[in-house]
Amino acid sequence: MAEIILKNVTKSFGQIEVIKGVDLLIKKGEFMVFVGPSGCGKSTMLRLISGLEGITTGEMTFDGEVVNNVIPSKRGIAMVFQSYALYPHMNVYNNMAFGMKLAKSGTDDIKQRVEAAAKLLQIEHLLDRLPKQLSGGQRQRVAIGRAIVRDPRVFLFDEPLSNLDAALRVATRLEIAKLHHNMGDVTMIYVTHDQVEAMTLADRICVLRDGYVEQVGTPSELYEKPDSIFVAGFIGSPKMNFLEGEFADAFDCTTLGIRSEHIDFCDENPVWEGEVVHTEDVGSDNYIFVEIGSNEPLIVRSPGRKGSEYGRKVGLKPQDQHLHRFNHEGHPIR
Amino acid sequence: MFNFSKELDLEAQRRRAAFYFLAPMIIALFCVAAWPLLRTIYFSFTDTSLTNLYGGEWIGFDNYLQRRELSSGRVIWRGTLVDPAWWNAVWNTVRFSVISVFFETVFGLGIALVLNAEFRGRGWVRAAILIPWAIPTIVSAKMWAWMLNDQFGIINDILVRIGILERGIAWTASIDTAMTAVLIVDIWKTTPFMALLCLAGLQMIPRDIYEAAKIDGVHPLKVFWKITLPLVRPALMVAVIFRMLDALRIFDLIYVLTPNSKATKTMSVISRENLIDFDKFAYGSAQSTLLFAIIAIFVSLYIWLGKVNLSGEGNQ
Repeated sequence: MAEIILKNVTKSFGQIEVIKGVDLLIKKGEFMVFVGPSGCGKSTMLRLISGLEGITTGEMTFDGEVVNNVIPSKRGIAMVFQSYALYPHMNVYNNMAFGMKLAKSGTDDIKQRVEAAAKLLQIEHLLDRLPKQLSGGQRQRVAIGRAIVRDPRVFLFDEPLSNLDAALRVATRLEIAKLHHNMGDVTMIYVTHDQVEAMTLADRICVLRDGYVEQVGTPSELYEKPDSIFVAGFIGSPKMNFLEGEFADAFDCTTLGIRSEHIDFCDENPVWEGEVVHTEDVGSDNYIFVEIGSNEPLIVRSPGRKGSEYGRKVGLKPQDQHLHRFNHEGHPIR
Repeated sequence: MFNFSKELDLEAQRRRAAFYFLAPMIIALFCVAAWPLLRTIYFSFTDTSLTNLYGGEWIGFDNYLQRRELSSGRVIWRGTLVDPAWWNAVWNTVRFSVISVFFETVFGLGIALVLNAEFRGRGWVRAAILIPWAIPTIVSAKMWAWMLNDQFGIINDILVRIGILERGIAWTASIDTAMTAVLIVDIWKTTPFMALLCLAGLQMIPRDIYEAAKIDGVHPLKVFWKITLPLVRPALMVAVIFRMLDALRIFDLIYVLTPNSKATKTMSVISRENLIDFDKFAYGSAQSTLLFAIIAIFVSLYIWLGKVNLSGEGNQ
């Protein structure tokens, strides 16, 4: 329910500046994902928004109200921690109700809200259990439930799926997406290092690197029009192919980027020629690795799941409209 | 079938290896703990004296309790169990243990909470706080004896100067204050140890739980009572049992600080007195045996209580 604006926000821990001047607008009811490699400052950003850390310089507003010096509990936020941070000595019900008990809500009101949240997350049968008696996925639900009960205007997630196994991660991802639809007017901010999570969940993604915002945009904007080599390489799986040297010179740029699905096999007038060194079958697609003399083999998505035998000579041609050309500073030439 | 027998062989080998590794420990423990203990228990059932250690004769429970009927028909009970000096020592010991451990726990936890927070120079403070614990008891007891001295002691001097006392108190010599003096020194000395154990417990509590509490808007005092204390309790129980065992057999501090004061004589002190000073070797042995029994009962009780608690809630 809150619009969050960060104006030239910085954060230093002693001498080390972790956030180096961030301007960002997070819209009401938006699902914003902070993504970036470890150490980029994404978790710190979340902690600044939560108020667990104070900002060093700059200004942060929630719905126009400056919250620089507002303590976490007065910001109307709820947070789901990476480690869940459940109170180990309290059962699920008390874990969810603890914050409300202190807010002096009526017993009936507490019960009603806890039960509603439990129902939404299908953990009604677990209310009497202690956290240690729950599986990882169940703990995660309880942590989310505790956040829902707070009825926040901003929902913060700090890498909530990283402690779950792969199958559960996909399932829980769906749950979180559903939650976002159900709580349409609640602003959600989600931190992850996994670009797939970012792409699948986000309304908009904020890519961070070394304390700076690299690019903010919808998943498709980031995928199709990356503002830098970094974003181009970070978003998308498999990684975008980058060609340098004479390969790039031929296209008037320092670095040429091309995604695996934008390269066609062709036998006549190929742009590049090379030898198949490996084939990866991921089930839905086959990726052919072609050695064309560049730094790394070129990854090409094979149409129609066709494999290709090792050592075969192939000709390749990029789709012109999908070329990403970058200058020596790593910015796109458009 | 062949495989099965081979596995048994492996198991046997493993057991033998384990025994070889354990044997030195078992032998050492037998020599320094079990044998002296068994000897003491044996002596307590004899009339051994210090001058004739091997000439004692078996007299059964007489050192503990003896019923003698005089020719006049009067019945006299004798032995440790009806000795007022012994019960005075038991009372002193229990009083000392409970009070000192209580204050050490409270202060130790307080210090640990401070040390658990981030601040500049925390490493130094942590090291500094251990100094009282690192000083040998004999040294610190002598040091405190001088500080508490009625004529030359700095404590009396300060108290007189700021007008709290009119003239110096003989802290260690006076019956009324001797126990207080012992308690002050012991609490001063042992609080760091408690603080360290508590700190170890506090550091086991994940930090993000506190952050969750912050977002929930829990008052710091509530955080302490509802989160910190329940979570640190298992560690605290272990610390208290350690300290309690130590306190129940207190000897050195009292022996140096308040020798021969009726107000502070503990079980250890009185049994040594009988063993050595009064040449009532067998009688002292009986008291030592009782001391052992009391501590053993206490420990079993505590471990049993601890188990109940651990299965009830336990840690994460």
